Amino acid sequence: MKWLPTIARLALLALLVAFVTSPGWFEPLLKPLTENNAPAIYNQGNLLTLTLLHLRTVAIATLGAIIVAVGLAILVTRPFGAEFLPLSRSLVNIGQTFPPVAVLALAVPAVGFGEKPTLIALFLYGLLPIFENALTGLTTLPANVVEAARGAGMTPAQRLVKVELPLSLPVMLAGVRLSVVISLATATIGSTVAAKTLGEVIIAGLLSNNLAFVLQGGLIVAAIAVLIHDGFLALERMAARRMGRER
Amino acid sequence: MGIRFDKLGAVIAAIAAYACLVAPFATFRANRIVAGEARTMLESLPPATGWALMAIVTAAALIALLRTPPMLRLGASLTALVALAVLIGVAGSFLTPADNNYARVSPAHGFWLLVFAFALLLADVLTRLALSPWARMLTLAGAAACIGLLLASGSWDSLSILREYAGRADSFRAEGGKHLTLALGSLAAAAIVGVPLGILCHRVDALRAGVLNVLNIIQTIPSIALFGLLIAPLGWIAAHVPGAAALGIRGIGTAPAFLALFLYSLLPVVANTVVGLAGVPRAANDAARGMGMTGRQRLFRVELPLALPVILTGIRIVLVQNIGLATIAALIGGGGFGVFVFQGIGQMAMDLVLLGALPTVALAFAAAIVLDAVVELTSIRKSGVPS
Repeated sequence: MKWLPTIARLALLALLVAFVTSPGWFEPLLKPLTENNAPAIYNQGNLLTLTLLHLRTVAIATLGAIIVAVGLAILVTRPFGAEFLPLSRSLVNIGQTFPPVAVLALAVPAVGFGEKPTLIALFLYGLLPIFENALTGLTTLPANVVEAARGAGMTPAQRLVKVELPLSLPVMLAGVRLSVVISLATATIGSTVAAKTLGEVIIAGLLSNNLAFVLQGGLIVAAIAVLIHDGFLALERMAARRMGRER
Repeated sequence: MGIRFDKLGAVIAAIAAYACLVAPFATFRANRIVAGEARTMLESLPPATGWALMAIVTAAALIALLRTPPMLRLGASLTALVALAVLIGVAGSFLTPADNNYARVSPAHGFWLLVFAFALLLADVLTRLALSPWARMLTLAGAAACIGLLLASGSWDSLSILREYAGRADSFRAEGGKHLTLALGSLAAAAIVGVPLGILCHRVDALRAGVLNVLNIIQTIPSIALFGLLIAPLGWIAAHVPGAAALGIRGIGTAPAFLALFLYSLLPVVANTVVGLAGVPRAANDAARGMGMTGRQRLFRVELPLALPVILTGIRIVLVQNIGLATIAALIGGGGFGVFVFQGIGQMAMDLVLLGALPTVALAFAAAIVLDAVVELTSIRKSGVPS
């Protein structure tokens, strides 16, 4: 029974790859959802290309968010930036109340239509969970370990790289996981401002009243999100085991 | 004793200096959709007023830059914010030529940066003052009253966002009502269904993993897809179940939006109910059992009151999330402030986008502050410290 979830995930992955590479195979399944002989498979673009663009948008935004959020979390937990710690906490709380659609819409006047406003919205929205978790990770380190590192004569920089960052890695990864899953879904909204993502398929379906489009767009995103979510969980467990911090 | 600088103050002063001297304060456009012309602070205001604002901003930035007592910083940030709020309205009427209904004046990024800088200062002071929950709600009410007063006085009427509003006052009110109905109604439905479901999941181990997994997967479906997917089943119900259409159940419109928001709301409510109940100390439960309380009495008098702060945290997550997600309802004809956002995107009229986005942000922000305060009030009572 232990390998059952793994097999289920591999099957989902295989199904996902099959669908985006040869969607034609699945046409009979989706055909009943269409009316008036409308196409059952998205025909205004390549599903594989859109999926890859979707993933690229999320990857770029998340990478940027990781660099900035972890950097900020490191800064406010050093003596130099300690002054900013309470403020950064409340800013994170305030930031989380901004609806993604509003961020997206407000970014358009500044940078125009297309991929850029989507990247900005995903970046800003992705910052918060990563920052919060990095902060939790860096502020809840076991005191005796940090003390031991100091006693062993490590410089602050060595302590950060060799002790603090590896120990808080599992918690940080959990933040990245939250951020990626949210971004994957939010990226679809980017297509309302003409970004090339899987949202295009869904919106085309909404506009032409074609349920098959809505369903395939939604399911591809959901499948990717579930797989990435589980992949990150496995990574977190691995990181936690390496650090001897069983969770 | 040397002069000591505040690190955050240095950031604020740098932003303020850039916003005052380099960035445009307002944008002037001959009509609604042409490209705007930038106007600096001194060009946007009558000369004396412009210099006065410059002086206020400089003084406030200096107070921020130096290490000054919190009350002085509070006063400086409030003065600067109020001055900015009032004077952007003055800039609107100053820049608009007389008898010209086409010209549009909107705040430019210099204005927004100044607001951001002093809001940052205000947030920092408020965080350091560690206000009590009631004081935070009073502050919020005060801020809302100030904005309401400015809106009612008509001093902002010459700004482009209110020009957009003027032509749509009725539909703004109607969409606002729909937005609130969607967000609050789906929250109420999720609480009514979710809390009992959470209690059930807490009691029945076999159910817990399954229910939470299903709700987790629903969360991964992108909102626009879920909204769209519900169109078909609801359309079918409306066509085939007698009386359903009369109840307002339709394929497009509010019904699928309501249902989608409800489904998204279930996970935080159910998950937090389960976590809250699991966190009830065993000693409390044992004591209640020892006193001879029945299962139901224990639930209502011990477990639920102790789990309340955690459950309310779930409700807070849902409410903030729903206020944001309700904007998407406009894509499937469900109404709400999203109508203006998407119309604005379609017409490339950014003031219209703001007309939809700003109230949404304000609502979500206010909801977060109020519910955070409520959560804190209930947990204070729980730990036995008089509030």
